[in-house]
Amino acid sequence: MQVERPKLTIWERTYLPQILHGLWLTLKHIPRRKFTRQYPEEKPPLYGAYRGAPTLVKDPEGRIKCVSCQLCEFVCPPKAIRITPGTRPDGSPDANVEKEPKEFVIDMLRCIYCGYCEEVCPEEAIFLKRDFAIAGYKREELQFNMEKLLELGGVQEDSIWKWKYKGAPPPDAPAAPKREAKVS
Amino acid sequence: MIPFLLINLVKIACVIGVMLTVVAYTVLAERKVCAWMQDRIGPNRVGPMGLLQPLADGLKFVFKEDVLSHHVNKVYFTLAPMIALVPALITIAVVPWGSQLMIPGLAEPVKGVIADLNVGILFVFAISSLGVYGIVLAGWSSNSKYPFLGSIRSSAQMISYEVCLGLSVVPVFMQVGSLNLSQVVEYQAHHVWLGLCQPLSFFIFVVSAFAETNRLPFDLPEAEQELVGGYHTEYSSMKFAMFFMGEYAAMFVASALMVTLFFGGWSLPFAPFNVPAQTLGVGLAHIGIFLVKVCGFLFFYIWVRWTIPRFRYDQLMALGWKLFIPLTLLNILISGVVLTLMSK
Repeated sequence: MQVERPKLTIWERTYLPQILHGLWLTLKHIPRRKFTRQYPEEKPPLYGAYRGAPTLVKDPEGRIKCVSCQLCEFVCPPKAIRITPGTRPDGSPDANVEKEPKEFVIDMLRCIYCGYCEEVCPEEAIFLKRDFAIAGYKREELQFNMEKLLELGGVQEDSIWKWKYKGAPPPDAPAAPKREAKVS
Repeated sequence: MIPFLLINLVKIACVIGVMLTVVAYTVLAERKVCAWMQDRIGPNRVGPMGLLQPLADGLKFVFKEDVLSHHVNKVYFTLAPMIALVPALITIAVVPWGSQLMIPGLAEPVKGVIADLNVGILFVFAISSLGVYGIVLAGWSSNSKYPFLGSIRSSAQMISYEVCLGLSVVPVFMQVGSLNLSQVVEYQAHHVWLGLCQPLSFFIFVVSAFAETNRLPFDLPEAEQELVGGYHTEYSSMKFAMFFMGEYAAMFVASALMVTLFFGGWSLPFAPFNVPAQTLGVGLAHIGIFLVKVCGFLFFYIWVRWTIPRFRYDQLMALGWKLFIPLTLLNILISGVVLTLMSK
């Protein structure tokens, strides 16, 4: 295909109008609003389904929800999760739950943030939260143990009260907040 | 004799000190202005608003490993960065920074120029054309292909544009009647800035100066996309820093020459700034005026760099040989005719 080249005037053929226009354009950009995000001070906005570090959560009464069924350990594609199962002592108020994790380690160097653990968990005990800047000076620092995972996870305010009240909220419980996509 | 030496040593120290500081801050300004033009912030972590960045950069250069590859020609490889930097520092000696300073306790006023040479501009061209040796030697002694290609381009470009540069300023000296840069400035202080009566001269001088200092749109010697780093690909640490400083020092000198030849040097077109200073305050103000004008041109350099894309090599050569040289010759002819008619 033949493309007709536009006929340029002599003034245009000096390229000066384009150069002057370019200079004006770059000058106009100097006082404009800047798009830089000053990262460590200004965090980027994270949207609803963001998948950050996997964490263990507690229920509103402060109990570990994990029952060490090990489904997450089995489903984990990079084999980042390692659970040592243990039993709950007979006298404890939640003895009917029978099992709890004795130790729960996630190797953050292996985790690929796929979220399968959160999806597979029948007890809704493991959640991918919003921490994304996971760094350490040693490899050992990035083997998150149960203590660390529980600290990161905190208390999950949700409507599942299955251990004590057989699935119904307690009579005096505040209206359970709906789990919704949060924009932080 | 002794006071003469002392005064000149102090002047040299001041000029070099101010110049290298301005050079360091031009690098910061380059990064800042480029960032603003691209809607970014630019370096702002070292010191308030990033003002200590040049110090951090200098420290980094000092502590970096100085790689001396086994295939280089060590003598010329070491010599090249010095040759690239020194001419720029020497040429500033004939540029008048101010009119004169009345220092209390001294009988004679101190001139605002280190060397008041009668052949001023010839000296500048003679010394600044040595700068090409630094680049050619760097490319040749590196013994590797990208530096070599870069330095070949550079030598062809600098030699071509030196002709334009030299011819473009001829009408200025025809009008002034002297090659002494101090007298050029005084002429402009009394009459009119030469940028206004010699616009074509000014335009060609500016464009050729861009080519001489290897700045975009004519930075083919270090065209990153095709030549890695160009002639300084093999350099590291302080040797690289000297090339870098040499480039910016050459920019400073070119800006100073533009100001001196076309924008009235230290003068402003109203009293008391249009005559040589009679008090110390005005003398210092003249130096300030000169530096502000130079900084304006340095900004122009940066502004153009972040606006215009690089020329192709044949375009560069065509512009120099086919357009600028005929134009400058024509300009000399026309200026000669006009000056003769006006003197009648």
